[in-house]
Amino acid sequence: MPTLTLVQAVNDALKTAMRRDKTVIHFGEDVGPKGGVFLASDGLTKEFGKSRCFDTPLSEDGIIGTAIGMAMNGLRPVAEIQFQDFIFPAFDQIVSEAAKLRYRSGGQYTAPMVIRTPYGGGIRGGLYHSQSGEAYFCHTPGLKVVVPSTPEDAKGLLLASIEDPDPVLFLEPKALYRQVKGEVPEGFYTTPLSTLRTVRTGKDVTVFCYGAMVPVCQKAAEQAAEKGIECLIVDLRTLMPLDEEGVLEAAKQTGRVVVVHEAPRFCGFGAEISAMIAENIIEYMEAPVARVTGFDTPFPNTLEHHYMPDARRVLDAIEHVAKF
Amino acid sequence: MTIAEPLQVIAQDGSVPGYTPDLSNEQLLHCYRTMLSVRAFDDICMKLQRSGRIGFSIPNRGVEACQVGAASALEKTDWIFPSYRDFGMALYHGVKPVDMMHNMFGNDRDSARGRQMPVHFSFVEPIHFVSISSPIGTHIPQAVGAAYAMQQRGEKHVCLTSFGDGGTSSLGFHSGMNFAAVWKAPVVFLCQNNGYAISCPSEEQTASESYAIKAVAYGMPGVIVDGNDLLAVRKAMLEAVARARNGGGPTLIEAKTFRMGGHSTSDDPTRYVPKELVDAWAKKDPVARFERFLASRKLWTPEQGAALYEACVAEITAAVTEAEATPAPALESIFSDVYATIPQHIRRQGQAAFDLAARKGDASTGGGKFPL
Repeated sequence: MPTLTLVQAVNDALKTAMRRDKTVIHFGEDVGPKGGVFLASDGLTKEFGKSRCFDTPLSEDGIIGTAIGMAMNGLRPVAEIQFQDFIFPAFDQIVSEAAKLRYRSGGQYTAPMVIRTPYGGGIRGGLYHSQSGEAYFCHTPGLKVVVPSTPEDAKGLLLASIEDPDPVLFLEPKALYRQVKGEVPEGFYTTPLSTLRTVRTGKDVTVFCYGAMVPVCQKAAEQAAEKGIECLIVDLRTLMPLDEEGVLEAAKQTGRVVVVHEAPRFCGFGAEISAMIAENIIEYMEAPVARVTGFDTPFPNTLEHHYMPDARRVLDAIEHVAKF
Repeated sequence: MTIAEPLQVIAQDGSVPGYTPDLSNEQLLHCYRTMLSVRAFDDICMKLQRSGRIGFSIPNRGVEACQVGAASALEKTDWIFPSYRDFGMALYHGVKPVDMMHNMFGNDRDSARGRQMPVHFSFVEPIHFVSISSPIGTHIPQAVGAAYAMQQRGEKHVCLTSFGDGGTSSLGFHSGMNFAAVWKAPVVFLCQNNGYAISCPSEEQTASESYAIKAVAYGMPGVIVDGNDLLAVRKAMLEAVARARNGGGPTLIEAKTFRMGGHSTSDDPTRYVPKELVDAWAKKDPVARFERFLASRKLWTPEQGAALYEACVAEITAAVTEAEATPAPALESIFSDVYATIPQHIRRQGQAAFDLAARKGDASTGGGKFPL
């Protein structure tokens, strides 16, 4: 099995999908001969030609709007938004159109498409190359939201997203693009959406995380283990639709929960996990749910390492709920 | 830079100087009957709305020739991305009034199963008349994407996307026009310039000398037609459709017309449209003009016209009877068609709603009236 970085695994998934299904096409800003600003689409135009991997005019609304029309009419578009921070001109197309098309036409028209976009901080990208906007999209019925954290999952989840009959927002943790490496199976395989991944087992504290926060939580868990606290780490992988039963089961196993994400806290994904636990399994809980998140401020540049949850902050929360 | 004067085929008196018919008498009468059907549908829906039997409608009086003339240039294999004032295009291609009326009543046989407001139709047969959404201009780049798919497969089909004068200010108009021109996508952009975007007049919508001229900057032809002249709209459409089918790329057509009613049943146009303007446009009524044209070809008398209109009324009245008697969608319809498969959290919410209904009875119908 080859060892790939996360961005290479994305590239491998795109090539795999495009080789097996000629209706799969990939487009966006600078994704053609340049191969994308992160090289996620490296080599695609060369292998599949300009009609299947191409640069578009600089318009996120146009990219997503045309992708919806393609998806309605028999293609399987994979559209790249160069940075998730730039997605908002297309918000209307994603939220009001792609996500609602099946519902508003009783299934006569659907939008099986994938929007790939790098999200999150850690590259000194400041306000507009660092955001984690998953909460906006998880609030949208009809949309699926997927976030891989390993190369193997990046490929398997992207292939599953391309196969999926509904529109999928595929958030790629850009901080991990080249930071993580792992063995990735060759050829076609899918990692089912709406399934959790147990990263680490432990009896004391359950940590829910996704994307670039997974390695941060792993580091914190190692440090906690040195202090005698064993953490169960769950990588949520698909935020919408979430495997809620799996989440509740994992929370019950320890009765102590920490939720970690980069996005701001208020109305963030951690709030949903916390509410879900409070509503359904409060009797199993030994401690209040702790959230470790970005601050309710815009994303800073120079001090981004203070803004983003790090192992220090996660460990602090783990210790807090463990001794509560 | 100026775009030529509006293309006209049928003069106000019904004469057609220099026109060689490309439609049989039967086809001409089909166009006429479709316009009457739009008018009858409108008249009946207005009464239904005013008497509280449906919640909302969108009047089409005055713009029938745009819709029917444009639709007449399309094949059944082409796709229509309509605005909410375009259902004449669906009727022309054989959508049954009863299937539209199911949407007006939001009943269980509505293709959207009552999830959308009235006049938000969706059909896949006998032609793709793509599900209408209320936000303006969002469907424009979608038409370009669907056209790209046709182009990529080597099909000779085209997409028609239709919008109003206000739509030209939308994000989707810009991105759609730009992408289509860059891709040479087989799309026809039809701007039905009826003078007002709800209440905003054209001089406050754009500083351009026309809407058609916007095409020039995108790198495609722009033409203006007399939108109350069915054959002129058809002629411009035929040229644009042929260009698109043959790989020549998109065209913007501006059809100058006027809506003789409000924006919707919730609108009072007397607040913003000068009466003289309405009176002037009343004299240019597209149906009356087409009748004069038909009469000049011995295809129409007032009696025949009245009988045909009554036949349309009868068909639509029967559609009302059927649609009104069709039950509302089941509670389940709230929870289905969100995704291809119902996910666990929506299934749980649905089950809770069913259980509550079983324990406490159904929710009472709200007094919801759109709008204001």
